[in-house]
Amino acid sequence: MKTLKLAQLAKTIRSKNAGTDKITFDIIFKEREKYELVKKSKCITRETIAGLYGIEPSRISDFVEFDPAYAIKFTIVRSKPSGSPGEGDLFGCQQYPPLLNIQIPVA
Amino acid sequence: MSKDELRILCPNGHLGFAPTKEASFYIGAKTKPDYYCCDSGSDDIGPGPLGADISVSHYQWQKHDLKLMLLASREQGVPMIVGSAGDTGTRSRVDMYVRIIKELAKEHNIPDFKLAYFYSDVDKGYLKEKLDKGVVIEGLDGRDSLTHEVLERTDRIVAVAGIHPFVKALDMGADVIIGGRSSDCAIFAAPAIWEGFPENLSYYLGKVLECASFCAEPYGAKETVIGTITQSDVKVTAMHPDQRCTVASVAGHAMYERANPFYEYFAGGMLDMTNCIYEQYDEKTCRIKGPKFVPVEGKVKVKLEGSGKVGERYIGIAGVRDPYTIKNIDQVVEWSRQQVRERFGDTGYQLNYRIFGKNGVMGEYEPIKKIKSHELCLVVEGIAPTREMAEEVTMIATRQVFYARLPEVKGTAGTAAFVVDEVMPASPAYEWTMNHVIPVDDPMELFEVNLIEVKR
Repeated sequence: MKTLKLAQLAKTIRSKNAGTDKITFDIIFKEREKYELVKKSKCITRETIAGLYGIEPSRISDFVEFDPAYAIKFTIVRSKPSGSPGEGDLFGCQQYPPLLNIQIPVA
Repeated sequence: MSKDELRILCPNGHLGFAPTKEASFYIGAKTKPDYYCCDSGSDDIGPGPLGADISVSHYQWQKHDLKLMLLASREQGVPMIVGSAGDTGTRSRVDMYVRIIKELAKEHNIPDFKLAYFYSDVDKGYLKEKLDKGVVIEGLDGRDSLTHEVLERTDRIVAVAGIHPFVKALDMGADVIIGGRSSDCAIFAAPAIWEGFPENLSYYLGKVLECASFCAEPYGAKETVIGTITQSDVKVTAMHPDQRCTVASVAGHAMYERANPFYEYFAGGMLDMTNCIYEQYDEKTCRIKGPKFVPVEGKVKVKLEGSGKVGERYIGIAGVRDPYTIKNIDQVVEWSRQQVRERFGDTGYQLNYRIFGKNGVMGEYEPIKKIKSHELCLVVEGIAPTREMAEEVTMIATRQVFYARLPEVKGTAGTAAFVVDEVMPASPAYEWTMNHVIPVDDPMELFEVNLIEVKR
């Protein structure tokens, strides 16, 4: 089956702090069709994301398919609050790249 | 007598963090909005600024942005509201903004006006008394309730204001309001509610305006937007000639920096955006209907942010190019740790290694486990109670990367490359000790509003 990378389908893929204790991820599509395609593929779920990031699914506090914005959004609870000793990404803004290569089956 | 519509201008998503772009601000100001409102803070910047009570924004940028708002609003004779003064919204930051406003008034010979300001700082003694009385200060985002021990480790605490102190300041006749730490959306919701508009739309107005042009497309920060509220809808319009507020950009912005796009919590209740309807109103304007306001049941809960100092901090940097060393980098780190242990024991300091080229950015989340890079950069962070000790911890750890003992390494003159053969002092290490909510009988019990006359 033919697949495309998520980066080829989405307009925006980003991560960012959501408050002091969480990092939130947004995958936003320009076209409704591409959004629906990815949504229906079930390639992006609480479980697949937990697997990709090597965390327990319970660490994902929110997982939302947000139709008005053609967006899939999920949020991870940090193991330590942002900026704690040992921090590698204060703003949480470079945690999205593993999403870019998720393979989505197309037609 | 309430107005049919109210228009609020927002020039910047974080006043002073990067300067407001002037062209779109003046385009917006020319339309004579009813209020000029802006948020100036964030918890995004980490626990350091709150803990150390400093700004991260450049003073001249803060003054520049305040000047734009003050001159335009005073010329028009409409109110100006700023919340979360100086990044953290602490007392010292509010005082600094009040001082800037007074200076600007003098420099520009502005006619007399009333300036209100409030502090958001929370005294540790006050919280200790609450805990002693058995008040539960509930943790957010999975945190435990506040304990005496955590409170003790906290150096500085701010309460996040809802609309209450802003409404009070408007009641007092303020022309300019400088707020301590505040909910972003309250800065905009307060004047709308005060002017008689419905709570649901007022809070939504705040939600959509707080990041200025982040709700517009194409992407371009620090540009002005204007929000219009009526009794039945909210409209948001981009002022930059090339930006538009579209259904996609406004709905997309509902997600930004928030765990969930549907719910926004603040002192006094929650905004439910599940059933929001977005529609393109005109070329540059998106219209929104249908947000729901859910008032809090029981006592108002006010969010508290607290930061505590962990210790003094140094940073060391070491590069590694030998493929054998790269392959055994974990052993190198263990060797380095062991040398620090031999000098200082197991406790009383913290030592962290970020290994760039391996998983320096993502750490535990990094799905790529195998090192593919031909070179690595180790950033060593040493934290200890005194600067001297932090320096020595970091120095031993960094230099011992150079002396790492590996059985088969070819080079014997040093196993690390240094940019500088020293370790560098960094800002002290802090941590977010509090992300909690406190129940209060009166939301004003944490915020005291002061009013002064700024005379020519």
